[in-house]
Amino acid sequence: MYSYNEFDESYVRGRVAQFREQVSRRIDGSLTEDEFKPLRLMNGLYLQLHAYMLRVAVPYGTLNSIQMRQLATIAERWDKGYGHFTTRQNIQFNWPRLRDVPDMLDALADVGMHAIQTSGNCIRNVTADHFAGAAADEIEDPRPTAELLRQWSTDHPEFTYLPRKFKIAITGSPNDRAVTKAHDIGLRMVRNEAGEPGYEVIVGGGLGRTPMVGHVVRDFLPKADLLPYLEAVLSVYNLSGRRDNKYKARIKILVHETGAEKLKAQIETAFETIRSELTGPDAELVAAIEAAFAPPDFDNTRSVAFEEAVAADPLLRSFVETNVAEHKNPAYGIVTVSLKPVGGTPGDASAEQMRVLADLAERYGHDELRVSHEQNIILPHVRRADIAAVHAELKKAGLATANIGLISDIIACPGMDYCALATARSIPIAQEIAQRFDELKLEHEVGPLKIKISGCINACGHHHVGHIGILGLDRAGVENYQITLGGDGTETATIGERAGPGFSADEIVPAVERLVMAYLNLREGSDETFLQAYRRLGLSPFREALYPQEMQSHAA
Amino acid sequence: MARVFAPKIATANDLLEGDVVYFTANGVWSRLHGDAKVAHSPEEADTLLKAAEAFPLQVVGVYLADVALSESGAPQPVHFRETFRTRGPSNYFHGKQAVLSHV
Repeated sequence: MYSYNEFDESYVRGRVAQFREQVSRRIDGSLTEDEFKPLRLMNGLYLQLHAYMLRVAVPYGTLNSIQMRQLATIAERWDKGYGHFTTRQNIQFNWPRLRDVPDMLDALADVGMHAIQTSGNCIRNVTADHFAGAAADEIEDPRPTAELLRQWSTDHPEFTYLPRKFKIAITGSPNDRAVTKAHDIGLRMVRNEAGEPGYEVIVGGGLGRTPMVGHVVRDFLPKADLLPYLEAVLSVYNLSGRRDNKYKARIKILVHETGAEKLKAQIETAFETIRSELTGPDAELVAAIEAAFAPPDFDNTRSVAFEEAVAADPLLRSFVETNVAEHKNPAYGIVTVSLKPVGGTPGDASAEQMRVLADLAERYGHDELRVSHEQNIILPHVRRADIAAVHAELKKAGLATANIGLISDIIACPGMDYCALATARSIPIAQEIAQRFDELKLEHEVGPLKIKISGCINACGHHHVGHIGILGLDRAGVENYQITLGGDGTETATIGERAGPGFSADEIVPAVERLVMAYLNLREGSDETFLQAYRRLGLSPFREALYPQEMQSHAA
Repeated sequence: MARVFAPKIATANDLLEGDVVYFTANGVWSRLHGDAKVAHSPEEADTLLKAAEAFPLQVVGVYLADVALSESGAPQPVHFRETFRTRGPSNYFHGKQAVLSHV
C-alpha cells in the first residue's frame, strides 16, 4: 500500500506543530474560541455532547497492521480504550482531552496518518470500495486513483473554502459497494468500446436533509482526463454553488436548481479551458502510486483442508457463508469482520480487538485491513486455507459474528449518545433491533436486509439508502423514529420512501418486527429479498403492517 | 399573550476536558447539574447568561437550558438532550455517570 513520501511526512508534521501552538494559544487566551474553532475543525477536532471527538482520516479505508496497532495505542493512552469506525471509513475517538490532541496527532503522524480534511468545507477524505484490489468483479483497483485524489485535494488552495463540504467516492467494480451515487462526485470504473478502463462520473448525489441520487455527467472519462475534469466540476461548483444558505450549499442543490444538462455543459466548457492548462499528473508520480498498490504476492496453492474444516464446523460454515466474499484469486477469500456483535455498538472496536485484527492482517492477510462504510473491518486477502485459523482467532476476540448483510449488521451513526447535532439516539435502537432478532432466531431466515439508522436529518447513518431506514427526530421534546422503506445504496441506488408517522423509542423495534414478519409472509420464496419484495409490492402492504390500527379505522 | 417563562440554567462544555459544566450561584462552574444557579425571570436569565459568558478560558459554548424545579427548588432537566448531558452516553458507562459514581 501507499506509504508517505518525504513531502507528505513533512507536511503532516508541520501541521501538527502548528496545531500544537494553536492549542496552547487557545489555552492561554491568545486565541478566542471563535478564532480557534475553525482551526481545530481543520484538524479533525470536534466538541461534542460530553467531550471532544477526534476524527482521524483513513484514506480510502485502507490500513496496515502498524497503523491499526497505533490506533489501539492511541485509544488506550489518550482515550477510553476503544475507537468508533464511521460510515466514511474513518475512525473517531470520543474522549480526547484538548491538551492531549497534539500528541495524538504526532502519534498518528508516526504511522503516516492524520486528521486533516475530516471536517470543514473542503474535499473530505476520499472513500472507496472496501473490497478494492481484492474483489472478483473488479475492473481495476480504484485506490491509486483515490490516492491521486488525496494528493491533489490536500490543502488545494482553490478548494479549501468551498460553499460546503465535498465528498468523493470511487469504485473499480460494476457492483457499487461505495455508495457512489450518494456522493458529491461518484466515480465508477467502466470500460469503453475499445476495452480501456475509465470512469463514469456521477455528480450531485447526497443524503442529508435533501436526499438525491447523483446524475451521470460523463458516461466515459478517460483516466488521463480525471484531474482536469474534477477541477472543472469543482470550479463550477465553487463559483456557482450557493453560499447564502448552508442547507442549499451542496452541489446536489446546484445540480437540481441549474438542471443536470445545463450544468453538464458548464462543466464541459470549464474542462476545455482547464485541460489546456492542466495536462494531468506527472506520469512518474502516477506510476509510483500504482506500484504502491501492486497486488500482493499471492500464494496460489489450493487446500482441501479448508473445505473439510467448513464441512466439520457449523459455526465456521455460517461465518464463511455470510462473512467471506469471492476474491479475484480463487485460492483466497475476502473476510469481513463484523463490528456488530448482538447488543454491541455498531462500528466500535476495543484496543485489544484492533490488535487482534492487526496481528491477523500481518499473519494471514498480506498486512492489509480495510474499514467499510458499513462500519466493519475487512481482511481483503486471506488464503482460503487460513480462514479456519482466522475464524478461530476472531472467535476468541469476540469478532466472529456471522451477520454480514443481515438484519443485525446495522449502520448506526453515534446519534445523541455522542453527537452535538443529533436529535435522537441511534445506538440503543440498533442494539435493541439486533437483540430482538437474535431472540427470534430469524436472522438467517430473513436473509439480506440492510437497516440503517441516523440520529438526525444529516443522515450520517445513510438511512435513506437502507432497505429499512430509521431517522431519529425530536418531536416536541420526545425521541421519535421515522421509517423509510426501499432505499438502496448500490448501483441501483434509490432513496427510500417515508412509510408514515414516526414511532416512539418503545414502539420502533416492534414496528420493525411487524415489517419483517410482513415480508416473510409476502415474499414469493426465500430467494426473494426484502428489497425485491418491496419493489414488487410497493409500500402499501408494508404500511399496513406498520400501522394496523390506522388500517382498521379506515376499514370501519 | 406572552409565553410562560420556564426557569433556566447556564451550561457549557469545559475547555480542557470537554465535559458538561453548569454555572453556579457562587460564580464558578460545576460538573453537577444540581449545583446550577436557576434564573426565574427573563431578566435573571439575561444576567445569568452574561455572567456565565465571562469565562472564555474555562468553558466553551455557553447557553441557557430550560429546567423544571423539584419541590425543594432543585433544577431538573426538561429536554432529553439535557438529561443525557447530565450522565453521558447510554452504550457505555462513561462520562459523567462514571465520574459521579466515584464521588
